[in-house]
Amino acid sequence: MPHTIALAGNPNSGKTSIFNELTGSTQYVGNWPGVTVEKKEGYLKGDKRHVVVDLPGIYSLSPYTLEEVVTRDFLLDGKPDLIINVVDATNLERNLYLTTQLVETGIPVLIALNMMDILERNGDTIQVPLLSEALGCPIIETSAVSRAGLKDLVKTAVHMVDKAEGSGKVAKFSTPVEKALLQIEHLIDTLVPPDTLRWFTIKVFEHDERVMQRLNLSDQTAHQIATIIESVEKSMDDSAESLITNDRYEYLTGITAACHKKARKMGTLSTSDKIDRIVTNRWLALPIFFAVMWGVYFIAIQSVGDLFIGWIEWFFGDLIGANIALGLEAIGTSAWLVGLVVDGIIAGVGSVLTFVPQMMILFFFLALMEDCGYMARVAFIMDRIFRKFGLSGKSFIPMLIGTGCSVPAIMASRTIENQRDRRMTVMLTPFIPCGAKLPVFALLVGAFFPNSAWIASSMYLVGILAVIVSGIVLKKTKAFAGDPAPFVMELPSYHMPRMKGVVIHMWDRGKQFIKKAGTIIAVASAAIWILQSSSWSFQLVDTQDSILASIGRLIAPIFTPLGFGSWEVAVATITGLLAKETIVATFGIVLGLGNVAEGDPTLLASVGAFFNPISAYSFMIFTLFAAPCAAAIGATRREMQSAKWTWAAILFQTGVAYTAALVVYQVGMLLFGRGL
Amino acid sequence: MNLGEARPGEMVTVRKVGGEGATMRRIMDMGITKGCKVIVRKVAPLGDPIEITVRGYELSLRKSEASNILVEA
Ligand SMILES: Nc1nc2c(ncn2[C@@H]2O[C@H](COP(=O)(O)OP(=O)(O)OP(=O)(O)O)[C@@H](O)[C@H]2O)c(=O)[nH]1
Repeated sequence: MPHTIALAGNPNSGKTSIFNELTGSTQYVGNWPGVTVEKKEGYLKGDKRHVVVDLPGIYSLSPYTLEEVVTRDFLLDGKPDLIINVVDATNLERNLYLTTQLVETGIPVLIALNMMDILERNGDTIQVPLLSEALGCPIIETSAVSRAGLKDLVKTAVHMVDKAEGSGKVAKFSTPVEKALLQIEHLIDTLVPPDTLRWFTIKVFEHDERVMQRLNLSDQTAHQIATIIESVEKSMDDSAESLITNDRYEYLTGITAACHKKARKMGTLSTSDKIDRIVTNRWLALPIFFAVMWGVYFIAIQSVGDLFIGWIEWFFGDLIGANIALGLEAIGTSAWLVGLVVDGIIAGVGSVLTFVPQMMILFFFLALMEDCGYMARVAFIMDRIFRKFGLSGKSFIPMLIGTGCSVPAIMASRTIENQRDRRMTVMLTPFIPCGAKLPVFALLVGAFFPNSAWIASSMYLVGILAVIVSGIVLKKTKAFAGDPAPFVMELPSYHMPRMKGVVIHMWDRGKQFIKKAGTIIAVASAAIWILQSSSWSFQLVDTQDSILASIGRLIAPIFTPLGFGSWEVAVATITGLLAKETIVATFGIVLGLGNVAEGDPTLLASVGAFFNPISAYSFMIFTLFAAPCAAAIGATRREMQSAKWTWAAILFQTGVAYTAALVVYQVGMLLFGRGL
Repeated sequence: MNLGEARPGEMVTVRKVGGEGATMRRIMDMGITKGCKVIVRKVAPLGDPIEITVRGYELSLRKSEASNILVEA
């Protein structure tokens, strides 16, 4: 059995950076508080005897957030041999606040005093031996960026694990609290392992729900404890929880005052403060914010990204697709297999991969904004608006990315700490019209509203409106009800982004999407192609005789009240599940026009058969809201981490789509239907 | 007075952190405890949340949360 070393520390203390250096794996590096939500593991470089586990970034071991609970459970039940506590030297008190709690678990703690380079640059000093003495833990000074001290860190860690050296000194609380703790200790000391006794005692005193459940105290003991706590609370006129927190910080203030010298007085401005004065200035903040967002959008979606799309389409269509087709035909492959590979899989995967450049550029800027510290300010600036409809300031980024593609947008929601906000954001982001829906709108606008450019733009308005209304309504439901999550968020100092971290981060996210395109999308494309080109007896047939057409005929009546009850349109909605832009292609195929673009004049003329202007608009609305494409559903599943929530999202979206389209069509026909 | 009422640029001392449960604990965990000094840095462009300096770092919180923190100048 290898020994386990747990890596714990505040968000932004440099935990991930240190983890990467220790284990040699490439991990995500961000500057957004609370980004590390998953548990990551890796062996010490070249040493299979020691596993390092990267715990979520946390500020405390309270029972209130998922990250904290995950960490607590791991420390108590996973029984790591050592905790390496990464401490941000430029933020000593708040970081050591966690340290004192880690020490109480009875596990040996080694402190990595990180960001020493910044500390030195600021001209501050820490007397490390003194600090180490006061805390009872060895301290190694490190800088994850210049790799200073990391060798020492590993050596000391391995040494401590081998010798199973004892734990640090626990924080001392005020006399009345200590007295109460001693009494509680006597009541529970038979119930818990001796080295965790201090931790359990304090948790019981704080009346920590989870620990109380775990200990399952007898009524008599519980009552005795309650009396002890009550008398202290009364005499000190404060709740037990805040007594502990206060005393803990007081204890730390005493320690840091002795060994931490700051060059800068409280209240004077650092460079970071000066940048912030401009960036979040009352008058400049919003213009700067919109300029940045527009710039990112313009570069990623419009100019550079769009350029790449052309290349990729050419690459998959003209180069790969055409040549493979020729090659397969040359070696005598049957026509249907060529069709399956070229028109099914390659075209399907290709159409999804066309978004990769846009996404990569978006992810690059996103990572840049996170790493330099701007992202937290985005949340700061936008919180006021988004909170109004049940989302948080951090929901803005996913929504913005959603105008390009829902997949990266849904993935970007990971930066939202609160689970409820995150779920709601994942659910509502697909309402923002993505790039793939635009050809559908363009086709129908071209056919029915050739002189009204605003019809296409109205989709954005309708989408945003739907997000707002859904937010307000969903907030009233049981699943999303409750007090708003606290928005007590650290605003990390600005710093120059580090390209290595930014690129790793970008690649990390982009990779997942490409993988998905290669797996789910490939299979789904193949399946839909088979359905649309073979009959029930698996003969190669035209689309109107295919399995898909018969399914289309079966479900078409569902869409009759929405104004588009033909099997062709029903089929298009099904293929739309694969990727929204295939809706246009499907019209082309079922109309016997082959693979045509949305501007094709014959196509424009022919879709007229399926719709009138009102049902065309109703169909646009349906496409806007209905369950997103397979890739986005996959991303939803990933971020929701639950099949139940994924289905809830799909049903909700489709429900909204159906209802909205129904209202549009029925009301529209009532008002304007006579002339049609 | 509570922290939500303090003006930007003002330095105040925390007297008591009210409220309960997760929010109160979070506020205190972040270092806003009795007796510590807090500087109100600014108010977000749309009037909420606010940004403060506490224990040498920047923290943002909503006015509704700040109103649970009793302070004196
Ligand atoms: N100058 C300097 N920067 C550092 C050091 N360690 C980390 N950083 C930077 O600090 C930022 C945060 O580092 P991360 O490694 O993502 O921090 P983390 O603790 O894992 O943060 P979460 O993922 O949010 O939990 C990144 O921009 C790093 O490049 C250091 O020793 N010196």
